Amino acid sequence: MRIAAPLRTLAQRSAFAFLLVGALGVMVVGKARPESFEQARIVVTDLVAPILGAISQPVATASRLAADARSMMDLRAENDRLRRENERLKQWQAAARSLDVENRQLRGLLNYQPSNARRYRTARVIGDKGGAFLHSVLINEGAAAGVGRGQAAITGDGLIGRVASVGDRSARVLLITDINSRIPVVIEATRVRGVLAGDNSAQPRLTFTSANALLAPGQRIVTSGHGDVFPPGLPVGLVATVGEDGVRVAPFASADRMEYLQLVDYGREGVVGDAPATPAAPNTTASAGR
Amino acid sequence: MLARVETQARLTLPFLLSAFLAILAIVPLQIPGFAVVSPMLVLGSIYYWAIYRPQVLPLIAVFGVGLFEDILTGAPLGVSSFAYLVSFAVVAGQRRFFIGKNFAVVWWGFALVAGAVEGLRWLLISGFAGAVIDPTPGLFAYGSTVAVYPVLTLLFLLTQRILPQPAEYA
Repeated sequence: MRIAAPLRTLAQRSAFAFLLVGALGVMVVGKARPESFEQARIVVTDLVAPILGAISQPVATASRLAADARSMMDLRAENDRLRRENERLKQWQAAARSLDVENRQLRGLLNYQPSNARRYRTARVIGDKGGAFLHSVLINEGAAAGVGRGQAAITGDGLIGRVASVGDRSARVLLITDINSRIPVVIEATRVRGVLAGDNSAQPRLTFTSANALLAPGQRIVTSGHGDVFPPGLPVGLVATVGEDGVRVAPFASADRMEYLQLVDYGREGVVGDAPATPAAPNTTASAGR
Repeated sequence: MLARVETQARLTLPFLLSAFLAILAIVPLQIPGFAVVSPMLVLGSIYYWAIYRPQVLPLIAVFGVGLFEDILTGAPLGVSSFAYLVSFAVVAGQRRFFIGKNFAVVWWGFALVAGAVEGLRWLLISGFAGAVIDPTPGLFAYGSTVAVYPVLTLLFLLTQRILPQPAEYA
């Protein structure tokens, strides 16, 4: 291969080698000690967040308009569907009311102290998954708004991820489908515990379930609250397949068209803790639910 | 003096444009499934300047844009820097072959480079995760990257027009 004109001189050639080794070095250090570049990441992300926020707003508005136009087309069918759903939900509401009363009475009998003081914060998604092999998004709220590492991120449908790093006015949410995501979960009906492990596919795997656990497609998965970071009982998904290559879970929440998400502040630090590099969280985080 | 400053400022355009493309690449488009096929916009920029004006995108800028993109996308740091440095050097080495050729040839060259970069990225990120990641989304992203290159080229052509000629700053 011919050496390029811009790489002709010795100085430039050594600059190339130096930078290439530099890139490799950054990769190796980043792998060995992921926290070493955390601060740099946070600073840059915080700087870019306002720009991303500004660009993503009109894009979101435009796509909402397009969605509105589409829904105008099949208004009648949609109306029908909603009416049926409403009927069904009313039945559920009645069921929930009576269960709630029963639950409260039983709790009273047991003298049970619920510890679920939760606070919700809404944040806008300003940065999408960047590329085919990465499953995390940027949001426009950070430590200044009380966002903390490890908080659960949910959409209206269910759990979508957890906060992985926090800047002052931006934060990164690691989606449950990412290969680095591990969420303690429990099968709602049978109380079989497990860990939901992402592997970059649309359906994460359910691992570490006991060997003789009864697993069947259609079982509902919720967060277990183990590790004390996530509140227990957040809906996660349904068991999709049980087979030779493990158990797959189809999440309720989808990262497509995710304009806003909610962060659940459970007021606990749990096993995640705060990375040393993370800016000190304001007292709002600490005051909730202790 | 002022003219000099202005010349220098215009020379940073390819770098700024590349950085801007890195930001643009992660703007949520709210299109179902789009994130999976999100094209590698920055690579288009690296490729174009490597062929037509390698002097205006110094190696350190290539390195920096890669780092910047990795930070924004949450990728393991250094992966894009590495991939872009290698592509830039290889393409700049072959630039005489591409200059003066019609667009189809340049596009074909880009398809080759994009394939190599997507493959390298898959390899590095898999290595980082310590597991073999499903490469299928990479294929989609590759397709969209190649498909979007002609549009990007228009943008680069416009930018190149306002760049100072080499005689002005040499």
